[in-house]
This record gives sequence, C-alpha cells and structure tokens, in this order.
Amino acid sequence: MNKIISKEYFSANVVKFEVEAPLIAKARKAGHFVIVRVGDKGERIPLTIADADLQKGTITLVIQKMGVSSSKVCALEVGEYITDMVGPLGKATHIENFGTVICACGGVGTAPMMPIVQALKNAGNKVITVLAARNKDLIILEEQMRNYSDEVIIMTDDGSSGNKGLVTTGVETVIQREKVDLCVTIGPAIMMKFVSKLTKQYEVPTLASLNTIMVDGTGMCGACRVSVGGKTKFVCVDGPEFDAHQVDFDEMLMRLGGYKEMEQEEMNKIINN
Amino acid sequence: MNIAEERAQAWREELRGSMKAKERSSIERVHMPELDATYRSHVRNEEVNLGLTPEQAVQEAKRCLDCANPTCMEGCPVGIYIPKFIKNIERGEFLQAAITLKETSALPAVCGRVCPQERQCESKCIHLKMNKESVAIGHLERFAADYERISGKISVPVCAPHNGIKIAVVGSGPAGLAFAGDMAKLGYEVVVFEALHEIGGVLKYGIPEFRLPNEIVDVEIHNLQAMGVHFITNCIVGKTISIQDLEDDGFKGVFVASGAGLPRFMDIKGENLVGIMSSNEYLTRVNLMDAANPDSDTPVYKGKKVAVIGGGNTAMDSIRTARRLGAEKAMIVYRRSEQEMPARLEEVKHAKEEGIEFLTLHNPIEYLGNEQGRVTHMMLQVMELGEPDASGRRSPVELPGVTKLVEVDEVVVSVGVSPNPLIPQSVKGLEVTKWGTVVVNQETMQSAVPIIFAGGDIVRGGATVILAMGDGRKAAKAMDEWIRK
Repeated sequence: MNKIISKEYFSANVVKFEVEAPLIAKARKAGHFVIVRVGDKGERIPLTIADADLQKGTITLVIQKMGVSSSKVCALEVGEYITDMVGPLGKATHIENFGTVICACGGVGTAPMMPIVQALKNAGNKVITVLAARNKDLIILEEQMRNYSDEVIIMTDDGSSGNKGLVTTGVETVIQREKVDLCVTIGPAIMMKFVSKLTKQYEVPTLASLNTIMVDGTGMCGACRVSVGGKTKFVCVDGPEFDAHQVDFDEMLMRLGGYKEMEQEEMNKIINN
Repeated sequence: MNIAEERAQAWREELRGSMKAKERSSIERVHMPELDATYRSHVRNEEVNLGLTPEQAVQEAKRCLDCANPTCMEGCPVGIYIPKFIKNIERGEFLQAAITLKETSALPAVCGRVCPQERQCESKCIHLKMNKESVAIGHLERFAADYERISGKISVPVCAPHNGIKIAVVGSGPAGLAFAGDMAKLGYEVVVFEALHEIGGVLKYGIPEFRLPNEIVDVEIHNLQAMGVHFITNCIVGKTISIQDLEDDGFKGVFVASGAGLPRFMDIKGENLVGIMSSNEYLTRVNLMDAANPDSDTPVYKGKKVAVIGGGNTAMDSIRTARRLGAEKAMIVYRRSEQEMPARLEEVKHAKEEGIEFLTLHNPIEYLGNEQGRVTHMMLQVMELGEPDASGRRSPVELPGVTKLVEVDEVVVSVGVSPNPLIPQSVKGLEVTKWGTVVVNQETMQSAVPIIFAGGDIVRGGATVILAMGDGRKAAKAMDEWIRK
C-alpha cells in the first residue's frame, strides 16, 4: 500500500502524483519504472518513474488516462493508496558525457524523460529537448525541462505553442544545424518509430524507451517481448531502453494493439454504468 | 523417537497384528473420486479431484503393510514419516496423521495434490514388488491435510524459543515456504520477501484452481504466519533492496528461492504474433490476476482453437485452462511421443477425459497471422522417434518434407523456463552456470557467497514443487548448522 501525497492535473487527462515509496525512491535511477495495481481486481501496469524525493521518501508518477487501469489510477485522490507498487524495475539509463544529446519526447513520454534530461545535464552533456504535443494545453513540464536543458524546442501539431509540426521536424532542425552525438526518445510507439527512422537516416545513435504491455514486470511472463536486431528481448528486464534503430516498431505497434478490442469493451461497460 | 521406536509403539504393533499382510495386500487400491469430465471441462474453478471419504481413506490405509524398512520414505524429498501418518489414518486418528505430516512438510495439502507420487514415494512401495498397485500415499496425504483444515482444528507446529537471529527468504514459492517453516521451528525470526502482490509463488500464479485451489495455499501460509513467519510482498531483493541492505539490517542468512523467471520461446518465425504467449503469461493472467472473471481488469484471450506447445505439467495446466475458458478445439503439440511426456500420468489422463487432442510427434516451425497480426495458423513439422538422447528419451527426428497446417487463434508456448536473472545479476561473487542457475554445494545448498543459500528452480532450472521443498528443508538444516558454528 503506497499513500498518495500530492496530486496535480497537468491537463484534463494527465495527472502527476507524488507517492510514498521510500525504498523505491532510494533505489531508483533514471530510466527505471514501477508496476502498480489499484484494487483487488486491478491490473498490473508499468509506469516510468518521473522523479524521486529522498527526503520525503516519495516518487513521482505521471499518468495519462488511456484505458480502464490508467483511469483507475488517475481517479485516486490525496490520502488514498495505490494497492500495490513494486520496483524499481528495468535497467537504468546509461548516462555519460556523450557530447550533444537530443531528448525527443511527446505527450506523456515527457515525464519519464525528465530524470534522463537531468542526469544527462549533470553528466556534462549539451542537452537539447524537443517537446511535442498535439496542442498548447498538452505540453507538460516545460519549465522544469528548461531548467535542465540548454535549449527547449516546443512542437505542436496546430502551432498553438512553439513551432507548428511534429517532433521529427524539431529533431531534424537540430541535426541539420549541429553535430548530435545521441538522441533519446520517449513517447507513443508511433512517434518513436518516426524519430528512429529519421535519426537512422542521419546516422545519429538513438535510444528509445519502450512502453509495452506487461504483467509481472520481472521477466516472468514475456508479454512485453519485442524484436531488437532480429532477436526477441524482454522490455522489463532487458530494457526498457534499446537501440532504436534495431527495434521492430511495426511488430511492437501490432502487439500493443493486441488487447484493444477487449479494452474497448471494458471501457464501454464502465461508461454505460 | 526414531522410526523403529515409533513403529514399536503398542498401538502400531496392535494395528499390524489386527490384519494379515495377505489380506491387506488383497484390498484393491482406492479410486480418487473426480468431477464428471464433461461438466468440469466447462467450469473454471472447481477442483477435479474430490478427495477420499473417511471410509475410503481408512480402507486404503489398511493396504499399507507398515514395513520395518519403509522404502517409500526414501522416495520422499522431504522425508515424510509415511507409515506413521498412514497408520494414524487406519486407526481413525486423522488429526494425528496431519500433525505427523507437518513434522516434515510445510505444505501437506499442496503436496497431496501436486506431487508426482507415482515417481517418488509410491514408486518405492512394497506392493509394486508383489505386482500390486502401490498404496495411494498421495491421496491419503491430501485426505489427512484436508480433514484437519475442514475440522478447523488446525495444529501449529511447536517452535523452539526465539533465538533472536534474523533470516531472510527471497521468494515465497514452495522452496521458500518449506525453508521458512523449518527455520521458524528452529526458533529463527524469518522474513520472506515476495516480488508479486500475492504470497505463494508458482502455487498461486502457476498451478490452476482446478488442481490446487488458492484457498488451500492460503491456509498453509496462514499456518506459517501463526508460527511467526513474516511476509513482505511487492519487494524485490536485488531491486527494491539489496543483499547488502539485508546484511546491514542484521540478517544473518539469506535463502534465495526466486524461482524460474524467464519463459523460453522457440525462436521461430511468427512467434511474436498477437495471440501467442508463454504459459507463464497465460497462467499468470488466469490464476494470479483472475483474468477470466468478468470483474477483473486484466484481459485474457479466450481462444476457440487453442494449441499448447509442450508436454509437461505446465502445458497440461495451460491447455486444460483454455478448455475451461471455452476452447472448442484444444490441442497439445509435443515433439516426442506420449511415452516421453514429462507430465504426470494423472494430468494426461484428466486432459484426455476433458477432450484435449494430443498432436504428439509434431513440432511447430512457423506461425502465420492475419493483417492485424493475430495468429491464424501454425505450421507443424511431423516427427518420428530416433535414437535415445542424453536424457535417455528417444529423440525426435524430422520426417523430411512432411508438414501440416493447423488453424489456431491462440497458442501457448510451454517449453520450459530459465532461472530468474535478478539475483544473479545483482549479487557480486555469486557463482552462476551458463544456464543462469546458482551454483550451490549440493549437500548444504550454500552458494559461493557464504551468507547466501539457494534452492528450488533458481538452482535446478525448472523442477517440481516437492523437489523445491526438499531443497528448502536441506538448506534450513545446513544454514542452522552454519550459523551455530
């Protein structure tokens, strides 16, 4: 049982929580995730850790309402408890001074990018963050990103904030402008697919943090498996970060859609009740 | 009292004299009452085996000759005092029989259900030498454990006074529970750390309700709690806390029983299509997450044409689960013949009665899917038996060019597991084999890092509940001796 200490709405569908978890706060590093479950009949879902406060013994999670389980998490209020939470899971991000790094994130992928941006900056990198969303209201953590980035480029589909265009447009501008040593991308699978495609063209090494379906999160079930360089890997124990140029994003997208019909039925049930 | 002294007790003498050995051995072996096969193949959670009635149990107990040299005990990895508990059943002291079981086994109601007795205790029964069926030791074990539970008079084993020494256990599966029970009896303060949100390991996430109800497992866990064992869920040693943290916190010994983590796949074309999953995933969804229950948030496919790849107990559990979730066609695909199947005979029998088809001497070589990426067909290679391999089983050989295309909408791959890599990855100095199993002294279960002992699948790489429990007992005895020194 992990108590919710604070709750903040980034937008109508995106919530930031601070949750009591002293052991996880102490053990976590950038790139780690947790598995959470709400209620006795709840599903186990993975959420990347966005931040931690050692003094308070808390970790920060940012969640977007997508289906049944994420909606249940988002509905929790301050003082209530997450039934089960386990972690930190996965391999931590490999951090060193690479030189110039682009951090390309979209939507709710911005939150898990936060600790990576911080760690890269602290390691001496020049960090250029490309922050993308459909519109101005969905841009989150802009101020915090500015604190740790040498430059922040905002991209919106409708141009309501920053530049009009997709995340890839922002990334390409930077690559054409200066030498880039590494790109890190976190966001919807389809976004990461296109970022990866672009950086491959320019031969910029790229890491993608994958967000697949998981059950146990400890390597036991294999629900999260993806093909990387033609080999099957488990996102929960081998990842979540992989060489994006080796990831079979089409297969990943296909597998992510595997439970869509069932999920829709469940959502309909909730809506109709 | 040693075994001979126990046997020499007046009541045992009297009982032995009450019936001639010939009479005893002429009684026919009891048949376990079962749910009707057609009915049970459509209900999700009802246990198949119904258990013996007291009359049946007493009658079966009479078959036991109370041998002076009980070879059956040699076949039991945890050394249960088999004649003693059976003779207690014969004289009607059912609760006493349960107490006898608990002297050496932390989980008798579990073992009575899932142990492969036909390969252990029952395979050493004297009756077999006389060309008779062995005493149904497993059925009797289950009877005594169930009788005690249902009576409500559950005995808590006597524990030595607390010695104030803290011991950590990693994983709450059968090895960890057996170890915890023995250490608690010796007076240690035992804390069990479990990664999942439920206690019980494979007994909860793996073995289905129809073979081992969770309620049974919970009773055994409550019993351990009554003995003073503490459980902490949602805590991964090696991730949430380290072995060093445990040492700093005053723990004097750590028993690693983290189980077999990674499911194996076959690395064939199309294996990552939607609708193909490991048996670990399938069973975890249904058992641990209760996904087939409409109230559960966790989804599970309910395929109509389901194939399970493999011939072990986990494969049988998976296919019988699929049948219960509505599979009209439920197939076991196994590359050897039925004779080589590692599954228990009882599981194979039950599966057949429930309408499971057996495609033996078939091996999948490719899966095909539709435009949504869902599996629609499997391509099977037809095999024949060749020469015996290293395991002594005749190895399957491909019949060149003979393949079969079979329609499927769900495939469960159950071809084994590899040990959980979390502990080996996070503990320095631990010796690990190329298969990822932890190397231990076979006598003491102690690893290359003295404070760490290990047992169960993390050492064996994939075995049975009872062998894991045997490791737990062995490790408890050895760790106790090591700490005293």
